[in-house]
Amino acid sequence: MGYIKINQEKITKEIAQELIDVCPFNAFDYIDSNLSVNSGCKICKICVKKGPVGTCELVEEKKEKIDKTKYKGIVVYIEQRNNIAHRVSWELIGKAKELALKTKEPVYAVVVGNNVSKIAEEALRFGVDKIYVYEDDIYEDFNVEIYTNVLSEFYDKHQVNIILFGGTAQGRSFAPRVAARLKTGLTADCTMLDITDEGDLLQIRPAFGGNIMAKINTPNHRPQLATIRYKMFNEPELITPNGEIVHEDSTNIKKETSIKLLETYEKPQVSDISDAEIIIALGRAFKKKKDLDLIEPLRKRLNAELACTRPLIENGWFDARKQIGLSGRTVKPKLIINLGISGAVQFIEGMKESELIISVNNDEHNKLFDISHYSIHGDIFEVLPKLNDLLDQIL
Amino acid sequence: MNIITCIKQVPASSKVEVDPETGVLIRDGNNVKMNPYDLYALETAYQVKSMSEECRIHSVTMGPPSAKSVLEEALYMGSDEATLISDRRFAGADVLATAYTLSQLIEHIHDYELIICGKQTTDGDTAQVGPEIAEFLSIPHVPYVKEIIDVKDKTILVRSAYDDYDELVEVAFPCLITVEKGLNVPRLPSYKRRIEKQDYKIKTVTMRNLKDKNPDNYGLNGSPTQVDEIFPPTKRTDSIKIEGSSDELSKSIVEILQESRFL
Ligand SMILES: Cc1cc2nc3c(=O)[nH]c(=O)nc-3n(C[C@H](O)[C@H](O)[C@H](O)COP(=O)(O)OP(=O)(O)OC[C@H]3O[C@@H](n4cnc5c(N)ncnc54)[C@H](O)[C@@H]3O)c2cc1C
Ligand SMILES: Nc1ncnc2c1ncn2[C@@H]1O[C@H](COP(=O)(O)O)[C@@H](O)[C@H]1O
Repeated sequence: MGYIKINQEKITKEIAQELIDVCPFNAFDYIDSNLSVNSGCKICKICVKKGPVGTCELVEEKKEKIDKTKYKGIVVYIEQRNNIAHRVSWELIGKAKELALKTKEPVYAVVVGNNVSKIAEEALRFGVDKIYVYEDDIYEDFNVEIYTNVLSEFYDKHQVNIILFGGTAQGRSFAPRVAARLKTGLTADCTMLDITDEGDLLQIRPAFGGNIMAKINTPNHRPQLATIRYKMFNEPELITPNGEIVHEDSTNIKKETSIKLLETYEKPQVSDISDAEIIIALGRAFKKKKDLDLIEPLRKRLNAELACTRPLIENGWFDARKQIGLSGRTVKPKLIINLGISGAVQFIEGMKESELIISVNNDEHNKLFDISHYSIHGDIFEVLPKLNDLLDQIL
Repeated sequence: MNIITCIKQVPASSKVEVDPETGVLIRDGNNVKMNPYDLYALETAYQVKSMSEECRIHSVTMGPPSAKSVLEEALYMGSDEATLISDRRFAGADVLATAYTLSQLIEHIHDYELIICGKQTTDGDTAQVGPEIAEFLSIPHVPYVKEIIDVKDKTILVRSAYDDYDELVEVAFPCLITVEKGLNVPRLPSYKRRIEKQDYKIKTVTMRNLKDKNPDNYGLNGSPTQVDEIFPPTKRTDSIKIEGSSDELSKSIVEILQESRFL
């Protein structure tokens, strides 16, 4: 908490320029010999640490601290559609159990729908201590207004510490509504989660649209909310259930909405790269669509699925569901071969758990080499033809 | 009909690195541009305007004074009005504080039936600001709109893209939608518009103009989340680098694949 205070008496034109240069967010304005901080400031404190000594300081403001011991329980929101739970929900239960080991909190699930008893039983097998069930005809289809009412009622009643949501399209629309309703923080697309002894959730995600990770926490608000993409974590082992199903009363929950669902259209299935065991991933090194022919022999030989980075989706060469990465799919194959990919954080976070990573790139300083098991420094347009010849020889 | 579009200025390049010694963020250049998704939000607004009578489009942004340039771009593309909300006390705002500030601004503007946001930004990259604004205003939102089907008197019909399905929904005004990339082709700012709008003064709003003037609800103070630390992604220590001629490299690849029994 706080703000950056500028010691104006120390500011000269030169010092102002130094500070302007050091700030990554263009948050300083120097107008009429007066240096001020504008709303671009992210309180990153670089000016304090790296700027001319004594020119900027962080002024901390005291805030009343909440009593964190009052909030207990890590909750997974079970996303369901047509009474089938999205598997990301089970993965999150696995993670929640891991976190709860540290803080000795219970792990809960909450599900909203109509006829969701099967899901409730499944959740128990994945090991939750309790699953809270909200059932009503009106909950049949997801509705962001009504479901937000349900979740805020749930929170008011149970005062839990953490609620985790799957980072699906639905989850990413729902979680922010809940966060704003409960006036609390929400971290999108976390790729790692940890917890302090106090129960503060440490949320790690790529930040500032670049090659950086940020560790984010919610020091003085409850509940703590996060969305996590599908396939980031593993599903837990099934157990003999010893948890409890709790049916919650919905009578007092407002069920008005001005959103009318008229129709749903299922998208045609494409083979899902999330489940592929062998993947060849292609990046922007492929300049023409014709270049893709170069990988056919290897693809056939390995019986691999093709996947790609975002620029190739934008080219229209592949269906969007073939994109690896945070705004695409997370994959965990036994083998991934990356061809001509630079390794932006958003891509790496979607594939770094792969068992064997081989990357070919002609720039030895590309980021993907940092996480590859084998980094092949070469030009794909020279290596691939040679490789294809070799493959021909070794039957 | 009154439409508000929320647009944001973002860094033109996403190349950011952390200095491994000081932990300091190094940003490549000071170039900025309009968040690409917001171009589609604007074009959607112009489309809706062409589908309904007497429609005015008001573009808003929260950011430093220099963010005025995205509003100029919006005006030259076709927006009728533009407001910048800027205040030193907004510094350090996370999603909640940003959405709250924008919702306060929108209440200050008062007249609106439809709010259009981009699906997400390329710097914040949360896709949360839109839905949170809607919640603060107690209005419905529809995310990921990929097609405007129809604009009626009191409702709008849209098609949205979810992971494995699309939805056709009808939603009553006032409401907020967030739009996907590629649902239309954003127009370029035009010279003619620039001339038309040359005397237009972009409005500036600060915290003092808002209904809620409590500084605790804005900027860093109003932000439940905090960035603890920034760091470069982890590296693998057992990584093996292979160099050589293309012959040698392709041989190595085959060997690796054979050793690991993929061939
Ligand atoms: C909010 C946000 C979300 C994003 N989400 C995703 C996501 O989910 N998935 C994703 O993929 N991207 C995502 N991106 C984009 C991402 O930041 C990168 O721009 C993208 O991954 C780059 O793709 P690339 O590596 O194929 O291309 P480039 O970065 O252009 O890299 C091409 C690489 O190929 C190498 N190369 C070129 N020619 C040859 C050759 N002849 N032989 C060998 N190597 C060669 C180059 O050295 C370079 O390393 C996102 C970006 C943002 C801002
Ligand atoms: N500072 C801002 N000013 C105006 N609109 C914004 C701002 N930040 C976010 N938005 C809107 O919210 C959308 C989603 O942003 P984000 O949640 O940051 O991914 C953007 O496409 C904009 O329409």
